[in-house]
Amino acid sequence: MNAPLKVEHLLPELDHTHLDWLEEEAIFILREAVAAFDRPALLFSAGKDSCVVLRLAEKAFKNKGADGRFVGRLPFPLLHVDTGHNFPEVIEFRDRRVAAMGERLAVGHLEDCIKRGTVRLSHPLESRNGHQTVALLEAIAQHRFDVLLGGARRDEEKARAKERIFSHRDSFGQWQPKEQRPELWTLFNTRIKPGEHMRAFPISNWTELDVWLYIARESIPLPSLYFAHNRRVIRRNGLLVALTDVTPARPGETVETASVRFRTVGDMTCTCPVESPAVNAAEIVAETLQATVSERGATRMDDRTCDASMERRKKEGYF
Amino acid sequence: MDSLAAAAAQGQRALAKAADHRALRFLTAGSVDDGKSTLIGRLLFDSRAILADQLDTLEKRAGADRIDLSLLTDGLEAEREQGITIDVAYRYFATKQRKFIIADAPGHEQYTRNMVTAAAGSDAAVVLVDITKLDTQALPARLLVQTRRHALLAQLLRVPSIVFAINKLDAVDNPAQAYEAVRAALLDFAERANMPVAGVIPVSALRGDNVAQPLDAPWYSGPSLLQLLERLPTAQERGVGDLLIPVQYVARDTGQSGAGEQPRTLWGRIAHGRVKAGDEVQLFPSRQKARVAEVRVAAERVAFAEAGQSAGLTLDRPLDVSRGDWIATADTVRETNRFTATLAWLDTEPAVIGRKYWVRHGNRWVQARITAIESRLDIHTLEATNTHELAVNDIGQVIIETQQPLPVEAYETNRVGGSLIIVDPASNRTSGALLVKAVG
Repeated sequence: MNAPLKVEHLLPELDHTHLDWLEEEAIFILREAVAAFDRPALLFSAGKDSCVVLRLAEKAFKNKGADGRFVGRLPFPLLHVDTGHNFPEVIEFRDRRVAAMGERLAVGHLEDCIKRGTVRLSHPLESRNGHQTVALLEAIAQHRFDVLLGGARRDEEKARAKERIFSHRDSFGQWQPKEQRPELWTLFNTRIKPGEHMRAFPISNWTELDVWLYIARESIPLPSLYFAHNRRVIRRNGLLVALTDVTPARPGETVETASVRFRTVGDMTCTCPVESPAVNAAEIVAETLQATVSERGATRMDDRTCDASMERRKKEGYF
Repeated sequence: MDSLAAAAAQGQRALAKAADHRALRFLTAGSVDDGKSTLIGRLLFDSRAILADQLDTLEKRAGADRIDLSLLTDGLEAEREQGITIDVAYRYFATKQRKFIIADAPGHEQYTRNMVTAAAGSDAAVVLVDITKLDTQALPARLLVQTRRHALLAQLLRVPSIVFAINKLDAVDNPAQAYEAVRAALLDFAERANMPVAGVIPVSALRGDNVAQPLDAPWYSGPSLLQLLERLPTAQERGVGDLLIPVQYVARDTGQSGAGEQPRTLWGRIAHGRVKAGDEVQLFPSRQKARVAEVRVAAERVAFAEAGQSAGLTLDRPLDVSRGDWIATADTVRETNRFTATLAWLDTEPAVIGRKYWVRHGNRWVQARITAIESRLDIHTLEATNTHELAVNDIGQVIIETQQPLPVEAYETNRVGGSLIIVDPASNRTSGALLVKAVG
C-alpha cells in the first residue's frame, strides 16, 4: 500500500504560498462588498466554489477562538436557488452546514416560480438550469439584495473570462458585456441606481486547481458527491449520466455501476459525474493536475449545446 | 566588500523568492492582426493549460486546416460576429516556477479604455510588434502608432516592466536583420520616452519559436518570452517607511453573548509601511491620534502586518472612524483639495470642465471638478499639445479640485494614495482614471 497522498508532494516546485495571495485578494473583495452595500447576500449552492467562498467569508468576518473554531456571525445571509432537481446529498449537506455554522439561509424555490407561472417548463423533465435565473432574480427583488457574492471563476468558461470582479446588473438583472465598467486598480465602482444590483466575485482569479489546493489545505467540508463513490450511471454522448428519477435510462441504454465523483454539483438534469477513484481533496488535486478535459466540458450538458450558451444565460441574469 | 556584495545578492535572491508567491499579472497589447491571440493561445498551449474539450472545439472549427490557437481567446458571441475583441479577458497558466494571470487587452483604438483597465494593477506589459507590418530595410524601422500608444499607456500607468515581443519572425526572409532593425527602433523610441525596457524578444507565436522554448539561432542569445516573464518582479508595496491604510470596512460589534461591547475593528489593506500593537497612529480627516491595541489578519491576531496585507486594527480609545478614512503614522500625511494629475479619459461623453463628478480615492467618494485641462498628449510626438479638451481614449494633464481635502500622494511613489477614478454622477459609468502628479 502506498503512503497517503499529500498535496505538498504533488507540486514541489510551484510555491504554494500563492494561495495566501489569492486568499488575501478574496477576503479584500468580500469586505469591500459588505462595506460598500446595504443588503449583501452570499450565493451558496453547496458547490465547492461556494464552500470556498463561505470559508473565506468566515476568515473575513469572524474571529478564531482558542479551540480553532470560528466565533461570530456573517454580516449577510446565504441565498440558495433550489431548482427542485438538486441531488439530495447536496441539500442535506447545505442544511447541516448552515445549522452547524448558525448562519441564516434564504432559499428561492424554482417550484414556487412554476406555481406562480413566472416559469413555464416545456416538458416536466426539461433542464431547469437556465430557469434558475428567474428564481434568483425574484429572490433578489423579494429580499431587496443589492450585492450578491458568488463563487464564479474566470477560468471556468469563455464568457466568464471577461467578467469584472464587481459586475453591474441593470434593473432587469441583465449583464451587458459591452457596457462593462473599466475596473481600475482596486478602486471598484460600486455605485448603482435603485433597483439595480451588483454581483461580486471574490475568487475570480482562482483556477480549479487553486480551489482544490485550498480545500485540501483548509480541510473545507464538501458534499459527499465530490468524492469517489459507487453510482449507477448510463454512458451517453461521451458523458456519464447519473441514473435518477429525472434522468432515467432511455430505451436501449444499459445501466452500470461505476466509481465516480462530481466535479461540479448543479441541477441533476444537466450535471454529470466523471469516473474517478479519488476519495479526498489531495487525490483530486493529483487528478486535476493531469486533467485533460475542462470542468464544464466534462460535466455540463447544457454548455455543450452551444458555444455561446453561458454568455446568453449571463446576459439574462444567470449567476 | 566582496562579502557585502555577496550578502546583498543573497538578500536579493531571498527577496525574489519571497515575491514569487504572487502570481505575475501581465497585460498583452497589440493591434488587430499582429498575432496577439495566437501568442496567448501559444502560451496556454505550451504550458498545457488547454484541455481536450477546448481543443476539440478548435479542431472542429479548423476542419482540414491547422488548428488556430487564436480562437482560444475569442470569447463573446458579439466578438466572433465582428471578428474583434471588445473586452479585457483574463487567462491563467502556470509553469513550475510561477503562476501567471494574463489580462488580454484589445488593440483597437476605440477600446483603449480596456487597455487602461488591464494596465492598472499589472506587473508587466507585453507589447506585441508585428514585424511584417514594418519596413525593416530602414534603420531604425518606423514603428506603428499603436505600438507607441500601447507602450506609452503602459508607461503612463507605471506598469513596472515593459516587454516588447517582436512577432511573426517566421514570415520574414532575414529574421536576424529584421529583428535588429525593429529592436533599434524600439530602443530608440524607449530612450526618447525615458521608458525602461525589460526585454525585446523575437518570437513566432505561430510556430512557437522563443515563446516557451528558447530560440536556436546564432543571432539571438537572450531568454525566451516565458523565461523572461518567469523572472520579472511583481509590483510589491513597500513594507518600509511610514504607515498608510485606507479604512475599508469597520466591523461592528458581533454581539457575542456575554462578551459585552467589543471594540470595533478597522479593516484596510496597508498601502505602505507596517503596523504592530503599541504604534501611535493618526486618523484622517479627523486628525485624532491613538495607539494600536491589537492587530489582526483574517480571523487571527498577529504580531504585525505589512504592506499588501489587509490588517484589522483595534485602537486604545473609542474614536469615530468610518470607511473612507485613512490611518497613518502620526504627522506624516498632508491633505489637499487641489492637485495636478494625468487623466486617461474612458467615457464616450467628453470630459466637461467645471462639471461635478464623483471621484473615488482609497475608499472615499467625494465630489470633484476638473478645473482645467492643461494639455493633451500627442502620441505621435509624445509631446503635450496645447489642447484643452479630452474625449474618449485621450490622455492629458488636468487640475482637479475636490470638495473635501484628501491625503493624495504622487502616483510615482505610491499607487494607492496616487490613484483615483472619476465616475459620471448621471450614468454611474467609470469615466476616467487619475494618476496624481503633483500636490498643491
